[in-house]
Amino acid sequence: MTDTTNDPTTVIDPIADPSAMSADAAAPRVAQESAWIRISRAFRNAPLTAWFGMITIAIYIFVAVFAPILAPFGEREIVGAQFEEPNAQYLLGTDNLGRDMLSRLIYAARNTVGIALLTTIISFLLGGFLGMLAATLSGWVDQILSRIVDVLMSIPSLIFALLALTVANTWIGRMDNPSPWLYTAALIIIMAVLDSTRVFRLTRAVAMNIVVMDYVEAARLRGEGLLYIVRKEILPNATAPLIAEFGLRFCFVFLLISALSFLGLGVQPPTADWGSMVRDNATLISFGVAVPLYPAGAIALLTVAVNFVVDWMLHRSSGLKD
Amino acid sequence: MHPIASMALKRLGLGLLTLLVVSVIIFSAVEMLPGDLAQEILGQAATPETVAAFRKELGLDKPPVERYFEWLGGAVQGDFGKSLASKREIADLMSSRLGNTLFLASFAAVLAVPISIVLGLLAALYRNTWFDRMINVLTLSSISFPEFFVAYILILMLAVGYPFGLLWVLGLIGLWFLMEGIGSFRAGQKIGKILPLLPALFAVIGAALVVNLIFGWWKPQMGGVTAFPSISNIAPGTPFWERVERSFLPALTLTLVVTAHMMRMTRAAIINLLASPYIEMARLKGMNPWRVIVTHALPNALAPIINVVAINLAYLITGVVVVEVVFVYPGLGQLMVDSVTKRDITVVQACCLVFAATYILLNLIADILAISTNPRLLHPK
Repeated sequence: MTDTTNDPTTVIDPIADPSAMSADAAAPRVAQESAWIRISRAFRNAPLTAWFGMITIAIYIFVAVFAPILAPFGEREIVGAQFEEPNAQYLLGTDNLGRDMLSRLIYAARNTVGIALLTTIISFLLGGFLGMLAATLSGWVDQILSRIVDVLMSIPSLIFALLALTVANTWIGRMDNPSPWLYTAALIIIMAVLDSTRVFRLTRAVAMNIVVMDYVEAARLRGEGLLYIVRKEILPNATAPLIAEFGLRFCFVFLLISALSFLGLGVQPPTADWGSMVRDNATLISFGVAVPLYPAGAIALLTVAVNFVVDWMLHRSSGLKD
Repeated sequence: MHPIASMALKRLGLGLLTLLVVSVIIFSAVEMLPGDLAQEILGQAATPETVAAFRKELGLDKPPVERYFEWLGGAVQGDFGKSLASKREIADLMSSRLGNTLFLASFAAVLAVPISIVLGLLAALYRNTWFDRMINVLTLSSISFPEFFVAYILILMLAVGYPFGLLWVLGLIGLWFLMEGIGSFRAGQKIGKILPLLPALFAVIGAALVVNLIFGWWKPQMGGVTAFPSISNIAPGTPFWERVERSFLPALTLTLVVTAHMMRMTRAAIINLLASPYIEMARLKGMNPWRVIVTHALPNALAPIINVVAINLAYLITGVVVVEVVFVYPGLGQLMVDSVTKRDITVVQACCLVFAATYILLNLIADILAISTNPRLLHPK
């Protein structure tokens, strides 16, 4: 800490100097307008892949929100024989229990994406908060949190998830009449905690660079509390990298949960879910029928779309030009 | 002592410490299970005396700390105890499967490492050309695909004889050129120059094939490739080349998934390197571009490339679980998933420990190799 930052007269106090404040108040409006123009120009100049990604994501959101209106049949309704071929009534055929494939696919948009999104949000709240806390407090809090994260990350996520799910599912299986939602809740919490380690690492690294800035020091000297510094000084300056990271983490969590469901250990039946639908209909592939590819393709398409958008955002924020 | 040797020893100690902590976590998973393990195995009908005797046999009457050290001591010597579900020795269950999994992972690595390093290097050298853009889109898509999606596409195309393999590829290439064409049209070029008819035709064929695959309106006669088995039947006595043939599809799946990651990371590492001042200096003094790459860039790129390879080999460990289940490959991943389904916690524990140890070991090797190729890393700031 240098002498000048210690000297209170060099800190501009907006209350003592109203002209500084009005200049501050006027500045954001101009900045906002130009930001709006900048954003619209960025959209116009976005590469085709980014457009493809944004349109695809919009379609998925639409399908997930209006699933009951769009689906011709119910999510768990058995409507025909097993493995019926596509026809006018069942546009994509029926599955291994005789449920309409198209309706299941549509409802699964809600379930699978919803679960992955919820997991990512929890993971971000947890990892982001702890990461900023570690960077702001430093010292032993940082040491303890970082070492815990190191250990958790030294076991591959899928393997750790399998171990944790065995324990959790045994507990739930012991209960009298357990609700199927308990399995999903356990899945969400386990995945969120495991994934928050990655968020923690990134947030801590980003926040470390912000904590050393003069304005954070000024806030500390003003006597602001820890929560204020995290919320008002660090968070606004860390959002840009965190948003791109959110997209990447979502893809990762989404693929991992789908893999677990495919292995029969994620989302439990009869909930419609893309990963378990692949598993249920997998036998058809050896007859040269592509049915297991629909849910798998639905997973792949959404992940590709999110990745394309994130790629474009990262490319822009890193200042690279074609 | 040589500084690299002392560094390697330090890292080794740190790795062992991590492994120890991980083993405590894995062991405590059993402690966290509800109820009594002995009761669980014998069932509700067992008399209290039998349960007590069985507890003694399993060593459950001892305090957890003592049991942990017994378990760890056994595990170090390859004795993981007995399976709860089948009552067999876990070491017997695992021995041949571990070999199979290592075979599959090394098969995939042998294919993936050279391909991805060469392609990554080319993409970095010819960056921002159409080649680089195509690699970018292809790898980004392949990263986004779940392993089972890639696996089932490969089964459909190479194992069960879904026809039109070549047309699919042409359709994809056509779609790609169409997108390139639209891109340059948006950049202000005349449409007549850039939108050739042939790619557009291929793109239409490709789209029609996708739609037909989904709805199955028109049933093509089977007659495509059926060269590879969709189920990897591997027994301990299978000869080497047969083993290679039977595990080709799982290895190819893993290769496709891992190559994309590895290629992107290699490209980023090389581009990062090419931006450094000494490369610019070498160029400015008029050195031959290939000489710049081989004598200046490559020695310094080794550390990041080794890192990339190790990270992705560690990634293979998780990818292997899903792929083994798809192809019914008799490996460790399959065993672990089966045991989780049966809630056979002792086997899950053993598999988890082996996977974690391999993962830690690979990261350790990467660290040591990276530092020994780049002495600057010996002295962190």
